[in-house]
Amino acid sequence: MSKAVLEKLKQRFGDAIESTHSDFGDDTAVVKAESWKTICEALRRDPAFDFDLFVDLCGVDYPKRTPRMEVVLHLYSTTKHHRLRLKARVGDEDMEGAEIDSVVSIWSGANWFEREVYDMSGVTFRGHPDLRRILMYPEFQGHPLRKDYPAQKTQPLVPYRTEEEAGLALEKLPPFRDDEGMPYGRVDWANGQHARPHTTNDTPADAKTANGTNGNGGGGAG
Amino acid sequence: MAESTRTVTLEGSEAGFATTRFDALLNWARKYSLFQYPFVTACCGMEFMAVASPRFDLARFGAEAPRFSPRQADLLWVVGTISQRQAPALRRIYEQMMDPKWVLAFGTCASCGGFYDNYTTVPGIDKIIPTDVYVPGCPPRPEAVFDGLLLLQDKIARGDRTPAVVKPRTDPVGDLVQLRKGAGADEAPDSDVEKRLAKKRDKALHDLGHSEDAK
Repeated sequence: MSKAVLEKLKQRFGDAIESTHSDFGDDTAVVKAESWKTICEALRRDPAFDFDLFVDLCGVDYPKRTPRMEVVLHLYSTTKHHRLRLKARVGDEDMEGAEIDSVVSIWSGANWFEREVYDMSGVTFRGHPDLRRILMYPEFQGHPLRKDYPAQKTQPLVPYRTEEEAGLALEKLPPFRDDEGMPYGRVDWANGQHARPHTTNDTPADAKTANGTNGNGGGGAG
Repeated sequence: MAESTRTVTLEGSEAGFATTRFDALLNWARKYSLFQYPFVTACCGMEFMAVASPRFDLARFGAEAPRFSPRQADLLWVVGTISQRQAPALRRIYEQMMDPKWVLAFGTCASCGGFYDNYTTVPGIDKIIPTDVYVPGCPPRPEAVFDGLLLLQDKIARGDRTPAVVKPRTDPVGDLVQLRKGAGADEAPDSDVEKRLAKKRDKALHDLGHSEDAK
């Protein structure tokens, strides 16, 4: 893919573009979060760009970086046949100030994607018409795709039966050992070590939030 | 003909009646008239369809009639992964069923959560509702499901509510089809199936004029 789009983008927005690359032929621009909507508006309306197809929007957590969360937008132009990957970085290490403008007014297809990123990663989209959880239930605490959310921590809506009530053992063998499966939930990011024993039977009562304030201690929440 | 007209004489029925315990008769009737409520959430559903459709034919066991109201059903099939978000619905459906009621966990996910060891999934439906029979497998073969159903019928006949688990059994297909070449190094290349396939392939090539001697 030619780099024409990136060149034009740099010409037009200059300082708002933090960096660009075209690794493996994928044009990528990292832009300032403040200019997110302005740039998206131009990408959609400017006939030279004409990105009329919204492909994907997602959040990526890099717990050791500041800003920590990356919002990634994929676009395609059905008239010019070019693609662009747009990234913006938001939120400090505790995910404070993880906010970005909504692009639903530009591509209405972004609606559910922004809700998903809000649900899974906890990025707030300013100006979204209906920003609420889409995959998890409203009672859920925290954002499960953040690396400091212990991946095995359940938050049951229905209280589990006790073994006395059932009259038999209900504890199951975990399918993965502690060094298998998803390691992120077990890493204590502050100390860089595995801190959490394997648990599956958390109840809502002791469900500690992995949200915001618990940003760097999530590894010990289980 | 002779066989189909053969009469069966129950002990004590020479005079035209038979005696049994009332609850045994009741359980006998129950075990052959299970009205099911399929709670199908995931890929196991495909296997459930195979079980229910004519090839494997659940009707042979009197358990084929699906009810789409839990109030009319007495066997709850939980087929597939139950997410935390679905748990209240499953619980409610179980509570809406009339007694006596039974629950069958179809597949590994329903039985114990499977490999979904994370925030989304209920690690086994027995965490929420009492379960009578567990059928492991990902998905279980129809034969395993029938094993489970027969276990359940047996339990119903005995009035036993302790949970039962279907034991693994050998896969009949494995004996018939060699899926991978050299899987059993010594017998694979010249198994009967391979020979037959080779013969077929040669014939097809010959018919198309591609075989060695056609050149």
